[in-house]
Amino acid sequence: MIMIKQRWVGPIFPLLALLLASLLSQAEARATEAVELGITEYADTSQAHRVSPGDPPAAVRVNNSTADHAEFKELRGPFSSGPEVTRACLDCHNQAGHQFMQGIHWTWEYKHPVTGQLLGKKHLVNNFCTNARGNEGMCAQCHAGYGWKDDSFDFSNQDNIDCLVCHDATGSYYRTPNSKGNAACSIMFEDKPELDLAKVAQSVALPSRSNCGTCHFYGGGGDGVKHGDMDSSLKQPDKALDVHMDAHGLDFGCTECHQGEGHQWSGSRYHLEARDNAGTGKPGQRRQVATCESCHGDTPHPGNHLKALKLNGHTDRVACQTCHIPTFARGGVATKTDWAWRTAGRLKDGEGFKLKEYTQGNGEHRATYKSIKGDFKYGENLKPSYAWFDGVMNYTTIDTKFDPQAGAVKINAFSGAHDDPDSRIWPFKQMHTTQPYDKGNNTLVYMHLWGDDADAYWGNYDFGRAIKVGMEKNGKPYSGEYGFVETVSYWPITHMVAPREDALACAECHAREGRLSELRGFYMPGRDGFGWLDMLGYLAVIGALLLVLGHAVVRMVMCKKRVTEHCRGEE
Amino acid sequence: MAKREQHAVTIYTRYERFWHWSQAALIFLLAITGFGLHGTHDLLPFDKGVMLHTFAALGLILLWIFTTFWNFTTGNWRQFLPNTKGLFAVIRYYAWGILFGEDHPHKKTLRRKQNALQGLAYLTFMVLIGPALWFTGIIYLFYDLWNEIPGAADGLFWVAFLHTAAAFLMVTFVIIHIYMTTTGKTPLHYIKTMISGVERVELTEVERAYLAEEHPERLKE
Repeated sequence: MIMIKQRWVGPIFPLLALLLASLLSQAEARATEAVELGITEYADTSQAHRVSPGDPPAAVRVNNSTADHAEFKELRGPFSSGPEVTRACLDCHNQAGHQFMQGIHWTWEYKHPVTGQLLGKKHLVNNFCTNARGNEGMCAQCHAGYGWKDDSFDFSNQDNIDCLVCHDATGSYYRTPNSKGNAACSIMFEDKPELDLAKVAQSVALPSRSNCGTCHFYGGGGDGVKHGDMDSSLKQPDKALDVHMDAHGLDFGCTECHQGEGHQWSGSRYHLEARDNAGTGKPGQRRQVATCESCHGDTPHPGNHLKALKLNGHTDRVACQTCHIPTFARGGVATKTDWAWRTAGRLKDGEGFKLKEYTQGNGEHRATYKSIKGDFKYGENLKPSYAWFDGVMNYTTIDTKFDPQAGAVKINAFSGAHDDPDSRIWPFKQMHTTQPYDKGNNTLVYMHLWGDDADAYWGNYDFGRAIKVGMEKNGKPYSGEYGFVETVSYWPITHMVAPREDALACAECHAREGRLSELRGFYMPGRDGFGWLDMLGYLAVIGALLLVLGHAVVRMVMCKKRVTEHCRGEE
Repeated sequence: MAKREQHAVTIYTRYERFWHWSQAALIFLLAITGFGLHGTHDLLPFDKGVMLHTFAALGLILLWIFTTFWNFTTGNWRQFLPNTKGLFAVIRYYAWGILFGEDHPHKKTLRRKQNALQGLAYLTFMVLIGPALWFTGIIYLFYDLWNEIPGAADGLFWVAFLHTAAAFLMVTFVIIHIYMTTTGKTPLHYIKTMISGVERVELTEVERAYLAEEHPERLKE
């Protein structure tokens, strides 16, 4: 492994020193105790997802594999590199490489079957770290391959596949960025234990939550940052956090729902099955689907009584997740909700720094400011936002022109309507960001963030250069002028399924100001009144009350005056 | 004209009284739960509201089926035939005469227990408001059976709209109905009558003879 033992002693840039002077007072006012110098992104990818000896044993599942890889002489080692292990794997699993190379974990590319858009990390701009494109030296840590740092990476060479990151069962396997990056980032390579590749190779097993979590828990650059419903708390969750992954209960691995064959897995947020009419399957029928309905059917509430009937009446219009995931980021790990790139680039003593002013549920401190990224806001136990969703995500890609005055740019938009049979009401996490864009062309931009050169933003803190180089490097037109634009992205919430007793009560939505009060265009009992009819109705009731009251008063008066007798009459 | 005499008679049979009071209880329950579901008040959780409302509605529909059967087999339905004779006199009585101690213009008989205004009100209740409620209510309850039809969501709006409109009419009816019960000889007289079933009415000799022969227990004095 690459081990760089030298600490970075930054040369003092006079310009930055000037900048520093102006920003120091401001920064110091905010940084009470938790200032941390340097770029240490690994600190955010905590080790919490790793398999460790202290883990409780699998409660239900047993490993009854017909092969013990520890006994294969091919895996005896010693191995000096990852690709060497891969060759050993593929010697026996001689179709695995071809299979794997068809999939998105390898290609980072997805051609949307409905919109025709070319998506995937290889192309997209998001509103977290913005673009993996051109920054593979860092970002491709989460590419299941060895050594993708630039265009020279060979996608046709099977040896480049990293089998171990998904199949390691020891918890000792780790990856580092594929290129060194700026000197400021060298700390990320330090103090790493030696890898025993032979031991890892002999341990291989079907992927557990820990394996998938290595990347999927840390999307967006840190624990829980991106999705809000996926973070390291799902490594050993209790039942309250997720009924299916409950470490002392069902203990599902990811692939229990994300069924797959031939190294292709079901379930994609680019193209979701927003409403699954096929339901459960008999043996021999479809399995490759990640919907709730594929196990629970479309009448999942058991019982032959009115409540079950009424609840099952919702499943055609309301996604299971809407009621059964009352809040997300529930496991003590926070998710990012707001990100302001505009404020990135402040320095302290000429060096990038972090402020850690958010303490999350599990006690860890999270950075609220990073020189390399800007300001963040976090949230936990968040209520999702809700929308009609037909499952088709439409992206603002690097080529999409938008009107920066027309409100927040939707990184991903979707359609769906109450009268569209394929749509249901889905829960979403919304991510709000202010990020750089091309002011002349009104497009998003690729930034050159990572690199061992003078243009990389994570080192020089110069947006202008980082964008110029990022666009040029990838052959995209750039007007030369950048600005900041507000963006929003939508993340369908589908993990952290709560126990039934924690599911939403009816009145969470069936109320005047409920969770669905913003969805318009259809009648919902308890939420919607009838305007003038209600007015008329209440007036009639009040009118009737006043009438009888008036009549009663006059009758009483007449009786008091002894004109009539019936108020005191005897039977 | 046959000779008439005042007699205390059981004019509301046991079934009639059971019908009245169980219907009253169910309508109260339906109104309270229904307007809770509508969002008028917040007194009970939505799911409990749905349960109570639905079961009370089913109970009321069952009661109405029995009662419709009962009304036709006993001939009691004739009590509800529209009759405008004396309508104006009754309206004038409630607006004016009652305040000056006049006698009620309608004399209760076995054949006509209700005055003209009352009859019209009950007829409206039985053929208009009631059916509007249960008809829209049943369609509403079984929404899941027709929700796949295109435009079903708009249909649900109109069903709920009519159901709510009828519910407002029902509440208005009930308020006035309850007030009218205080206009008897004493404020509680009519209530007591509805509980005991006994009221002083004018009987013809033939009626009296018939009751004495066939239903002596209904003749109270």
